[in-house]
Amino acid sequence: MAKKVAFLQGNEAAAQGALYAGCKFFAGYPITPSTEVAEVMSAELPKIGGKFIQMEDEIGAMAAILGASLTGTKVLTSTSGPGLSLKQELIGYGCIAEIPAVIFNVMRGGPSTGMPTGPSQSDVMCAKWGTHGDHPAICLVPASVQETYEEMVRAFNLAEKYRTPVMVMPDEIVAHMRERIVFPEPGELEVINRTAPTVPPEQYKPYDTSFGDVPPLAAYGSGYKYHVTGLNKMQDGFPTTKAEIVQAEEERQVRKVEANKADIMKWEEYLVDDADIVVVAYGSTSRSARFAVNEARKNGLKAGLFRLQTFWPFPEERLLEISKKVKAFITPEMNLGMCNGVVKGCIEGNAPVLGIFRVDGEPINPGQIVDKMKEVK
Amino acid sequence: MAFDYDKYIRPGKLPHIWCPGCGHGIVMKGLIRAIDTVGLDTKNTAIVSGIGCASRLPGYMDCCTLHTAHGRAAAFATGVKMAKPEMDVILVGGDGDGTAIGGNHFIHACRRNINMTYIILNNKIYGMTGGQFSPATPTGAKASTTPYGNPDPAFDIAKLAIGAGATFVARGTSFHANQIDKLIAEAIQHKGFSVVEILDDCPTTYGRRNKFKSVIEMMNHLKDIAVPVKAAEKMSPEQLEGKILTGVLFKEERPEYTSEYAKLIERAKAAK
Repeated sequence: MAKKVAFLQGNEAAAQGALYAGCKFFAGYPITPSTEVAEVMSAELPKIGGKFIQMEDEIGAMAAILGASLTGTKVLTSTSGPGLSLKQELIGYGCIAEIPAVIFNVMRGGPSTGMPTGPSQSDVMCAKWGTHGDHPAICLVPASVQETYEEMVRAFNLAEKYRTPVMVMPDEIVAHMRERIVFPEPGELEVINRTAPTVPPEQYKPYDTSFGDVPPLAAYGSGYKYHVTGLNKMQDGFPTTKAEIVQAEEERQVRKVEANKADIMKWEEYLVDDADIVVVAYGSTSRSARFAVNEARKNGLKAGLFRLQTFWPFPEERLLEISKKVKAFITPEMNLGMCNGVVKGCIEGNAPVLGIFRVDGEPINPGQIVDKMKEVK
Repeated sequence: MAFDYDKYIRPGKLPHIWCPGCGHGIVMKGLIRAIDTVGLDTKNTAIVSGIGCASRLPGYMDCCTLHTAHGRAAAFATGVKMAKPEMDVILVGGDGDGTAIGGNHFIHACRRNINMTYIILNNKIYGMTGGQFSPATPTGAKASTTPYGNPDPAFDIAKLAIGAGATFVARGTSFHANQIDKLIAEAIQHKGFSVVEILDDCPTTYGRRNKFKSVIEMMNHLKDIAVPVKAAEKMSPEQLEGKILTGVLFKEERPEYTSEYAKLIERAKAAK
């Protein structure tokens, strides 16, 4: 039987991907340019017995999904820049209390209200450094409608597997463009559910590290009574200020992601092996970059594309390796050098990292990238 | 036989953090008796709070307990209740947590009429941070951030709840300990969003700045100003000056949010 295909918008694909992953609860607040996700979820969730709620504000939406997740439900919220800023405290809450949740954030111009309908890639640092305190960060940056769908499924899997909030952050171009999408069959993509406890309720501790760095999470109302707090906590979920426990727990929360980078990180290397110039790009910008690389190759320039699919964790080790044999990196991005700085930070000065930065609400075109390649000596 | 509170308290979690003379413990005992009266299953009961002294209450209770971020109890609780309507959800918090930073979530939970019970322990001050004025601090009162007297007018929290659409609103005081469990029990049994405001004392950060010489004096003050709603009907406006009404202040039947959403699901499934 032929697979189901559709001509879909990125935001619509995100909602469909969430449903494939088993999302049963959505809370959100209207915001351009991500509102279509809420609209699709409001129509689709009730049909399968799921719940949609439009909350009174962005913070309330983040709070509601965390509360709902504790009942054993897969949860999603969608937002954009200003909403991402407002949600930050509770993203940190999700990290310390270790509650699975997916945050879909469409990157528009900023800071503040910025350019609500203009594309941007300027939230990538906010995804890691937005909430205070040390915490794990997972941020996926899809570049097509198909990939948005598939990465949403993976985002739910990572949230459930590592008991932590996960962000999916397309730029506005990816979120609003329409492309052909081929829907995966049920069972075709892996769907992971959080591990439930096997111990009897009286022995259950929500942060019992004898089960490893990701302890099982019981659902409220399933017979397990336990405490959840945003304070630094002990294995039983109650607050503590004992130095050695706080240190160990903070390190474990971050280690859940850092020690599993190989499982979480994803990138694509296109003509990188023999390349003199490697373009590091993500989202819609990576599409211009691929075009530019092809143009350059036609003209005898050995160019390649390193396309980030996860922004966090960042593939530092691989870029360091590549840096030893290239003449230069180029980072085209719709911000003033966020990825550029991260690349510089991990390649130990082995090669120059040239930037193409646009924050004028216009996409970066292939010609700009080709021109920059010509500057490489 | 004496009431067995231990049945509902988490082993090993007492003593509590509250100061001597604080009324929060009296309210917690009232909540426990109410849970017992109604016969709630603690495995299926979520107690949700924000930040502050009152918000530490859930940790002592042997239920599914969720100590959230400042002001966000109502929004977290809405998520719990929507996702699992069969759970009983009780919110606990202070006046600052609930009506300042959490004010938006509070009024919208009232408006939705979602079947949860919100117990607001109103001690008129931010106690945990050392006594700054809250939206419930009376005009002119002294707080650590109102050294010249509070310039702000105060919220009437019960009126705010009624105005925002809560369908059960009651008020008690920590002096009238025997009434607390009855008000909370009725609130839990009411189908809709219920608010129970308990006027409470903070001798440590409010009393000492506002000429209350002792906890007993503060308790007596609560006794003096409280007038049951029935008794107030026979009193003149002059006699009611400076008094607060206690008991069930408002009750109405209105469609409840999760029940209405269940109907919406049926409609959506039928239209598929």
